[in-house]
Amino acid sequence: MRRIFGNGPAAAWALAAVIAAPAAAQQADTYAVQGATIHTVANGTIENGTIVIRAGRIVAVGQNVQIPAGAEIIDGTDKHVYPGMVDAFSSLGLTEIGSVAATNDQSEMGQWNPHLNAHTAIHPASEHIPVARANGITHTLAAPGGGRGGGGAGISGQATLIHLDGWTVEEMEIAKSAAMVINWPSLASRGRGFGGFGGGGSRSFRETERQFEEQVAEMDAWFTAAAHYRQATASGSTRIDRDLQLENLARVLDRGMKVIIRADDHRAIESAIEFADKWNLDISIAGATGAGQIAGQLAEKGIPVILGPVQRVPQGVDEPYDDPNTLPGLLHDAGVEVAFATFNSADSRTLPYEAANSVSWGMPQDAALEAITLAPARILGVDGDLGSLEVGKIGNVIVTDGDPMEITTEVQFVFIKGVMVDLDNKHRRLWEKYRNRPEKKVTT
Amino acid sequence: MRRSNLFGLGVALLAPLAVSAQDQPVLITGATIMTAADAGKIENGAILFQNGRIVAVGPAAQVSAPSGAVVIDGTGKFVTPGLIDAHSHIAAESINEGSVPVSSMVSIMDVIDPTDIGIYRVAAGGVTTSHVMHGSANPIGGQNAIIKHRWGADAQGLLFEGAPPTIKFALGENPKRSNTGAIPGIEGRYPASRMGVMDVIRQAFVEATEYKAEWDAYDQRVASGDRSAIPPRRDLKLDPLVEILEGTRYVHSHSYRADEILQLIRVAEEFGFRIHTFQHVLEGYRVADEIREHGASASTFSDWWAYKVEAYEAIPYNAAIMTQRGIVVSINSDSGEEARHLNQEAAKTMKWGGLDEEQALALVTINPAIQLLIDDRVGSLEVGKDADIVLWENYPLSSYAKVRTTYVDGDVVFDIEEDALMRQRMAAEKDQLREMLGEGESTRAGARGNTAGGPGSGRAGGDR
Repeated sequence: MRRIFGNGPAAAWALAAVIAAPAAAQQADTYAVQGATIHTVANGTIENGTIVIRAGRIVAVGQNVQIPAGAEIIDGTDKHVYPGMVDAFSSLGLTEIGSVAATNDQSEMGQWNPHLNAHTAIHPASEHIPVARANGITHTLAAPGGGRGGGGAGISGQATLIHLDGWTVEEMEIAKSAAMVINWPSLASRGRGFGGFGGGGSRSFRETERQFEEQVAEMDAWFTAAAHYRQATASGSTRIDRDLQLENLARVLDRGMKVIIRADDHRAIESAIEFADKWNLDISIAGATGAGQIAGQLAEKGIPVILGPVQRVPQGVDEPYDDPNTLPGLLHDAGVEVAFATFNSADSRTLPYEAANSVSWGMPQDAALEAITLAPARILGVDGDLGSLEVGKIGNVIVTDGDPMEITTEVQFVFIKGVMVDLDNKHRRLWEKYRNRPEKKVTT
Repeated sequence: MRRSNLFGLGVALLAPLAVSAQDQPVLITGATIMTAADAGKIENGAILFQNGRIVAVGPAAQVSAPSGAVVIDGTGKFVTPGLIDAHSHIAAESINEGSVPVSSMVSIMDVIDPTDIGIYRVAAGGVTTSHVMHGSANPIGGQNAIIKHRWGADAQGLLFEGAPPTIKFALGENPKRSNTGAIPGIEGRYPASRMGVMDVIRQAFVEATEYKAEWDAYDQRVASGDRSAIPPRRDLKLDPLVEILEGTRYVHSHSYRADEILQLIRVAEEFGFRIHTFQHVLEGYRVADEIREHGASASTFSDWWAYKVEAYEAIPYNAAIMTQRGIVVSINSDSGEEARHLNQEAAKTMKWGGLDEEQALALVTINPAIQLLIDDRVGSLEVGKDADIVLWENYPLSSYAKVRTTYVDGDVVFDIEEDALMRQRMAAEKDQLREMLGEGESTRAGARGNTAGGPGSGRAGGDR
């Protein structure tokens, strides 16, 4: 039995690095965090509890837990254990430097890309991944068409749910085709521009509505084609040319694959819901800034929302200043399943603060935590494996010195698939190097 | 003009009016007062202000309410100085005059938009003063404006009276137009490289030095009684540069890479002036000693990175390293969104780099005040300073922080209860308008205010 002592945050990090760096070959198989406050999310909080992770899974959680021989033990005094956090919609692994097209793989040309899959472009060595996981993000939905900009109406492609650790994308993969991402047509009649740099054109609302209806009709035509294609191929006919677009789109019919529809305005969301009913789709709404106005409908139909950043400006000039902050609590109170996401890559580490920013405006603390752990697992259909600290689940677990949604909290240990991961990253390396730069000698 | 404290906001909305210091004394008592001054943090403290100035601050037992004072129970709450955003682009009709490499002749003060809702929203996050800057399209940009968040005042009334003038410089990718693309109607404007950026600045100061010599010679002739002296032709582009050389206008330079920061320091030293503040300065951590030796301060972001090449080596420890190396550092927003939670951005330096609470708070209060040379007026809670004050519901350096009331010059510019009443008034007004239009419960109501900014757009904007 080996004991890991992590007292101060810095010491804990250094120890984690030492233990995790030599890595793979001698990586322990069994870990126990002993005597910690364990926030299970699913079954309340256990004071002075112990959690055991073995062979990638959580094998014990509770107050009276037998620690297996040979386990690496972390003293949990003054420590808190939480499920690893999930960024429910990000571009992690798909983009590196925002302004450099050569590093951006999250958006493809064309509007109708149901056959594309994020999986094929995820860069396991992206510098963004270790940065996100050092703050306790253990898995994410890497989604096409995400990130800044978003893209116009259409089908962006399939999003892949990944662990934020692995030598290859195959090792990272949780669900290769976790969801089909659709950008619903927009009802925005006014562009957002920045004075002096151009942009910000506008169109009349009548024109906007006309284009909206056209685009919805085009979407419907694609689904009609996919249904016909499925019917035709099911008939066993050999006279049908294989069509990857329709073949992949057909997978979402009859709830065969989850569909994430990006829509903001409540009328756009209503239109998406109507569409989903028609085609029997298993949808959630992403972005959803206008979801508050139809919260009852979303709750009644059991449609979850993946909320965009809480740290955003309100949609219109006459919206309340705190509209982004109050929306999560409002939806939660109405009975809507809520998850938070950054829709970003570099900012993914700020996910817990997005959640926290709703708490002082009505979102219950435990619901905010659930919205970055268990709720997204449910929304993405992996709550049997992830999202809470329960026996049998995958060992995506974080150890902290407090509430992970509070900025000053240190994430001390991170386990992904039951393995303690290195918390080193580009930022820490540069910090170590430059804070130790010798004081410059005065030359004048 | 008398303006009741409690209803200041409502009045302000109805009728823009000149700056008026509140004349009814206000006492907030029983709160934790974080002064950002030598007094540090005062548990169970009190602060009294009247006529727009702080009259007393100290332990609650030592500060009593004068007759007629509005007394606010601050039990469980926190008080800080109004936050200061050292780099903002709100409340401006335009940001960039990008058609020329040197646009020192233009000024943001000419294009202040007092109706920008951003002024109010940012005040709702506790910000009371903002440095509204020209953009980064050119090596030498325009003149900036420093405003107080006197929501309801006109453009002139927003300006921070007496604040020393500043000017924007910009280095790297933006002035060489790497990412922003061509300017409409302008093909291939010089410069296109970091060499060219430094050259533009050097050429401008060669011109300015010669221009200044002409004026100096003229002034000397006039002083010696030469009545035939003819004044040189005024050059509005060079006048602000002469002010820089004379030390009366302060340079705030947009910068990213360590090498360009160092190069600008050397160019400035060549012409005998100082870069007052490096803005963004995301690689400041690499040349912190050089920045300090030059005498510059630094205003940076908390944790943004990777949005362009020159931001790829940005680290969230930047503010902490520069602080620890003896530089006066601030955290700024460069965004009408980020400015709504500058307190949280400051708190990140406690996590990334280990600054203490006092250092973290200073990053968004007294330090930006020092950088803008207005620290005799704002930036800390001290007797005699402007009553720019934030009352927080809870601990401000937290992701759970929430503003209750923001005061500028002792006037309420944001109050959470007043805001709720305002919403009711606006809803009633909208209903009334719909009734007049004969629409009743209009489904079209939702049409107003839709914007194209979807998820993720919240952090965009600004002039990074």
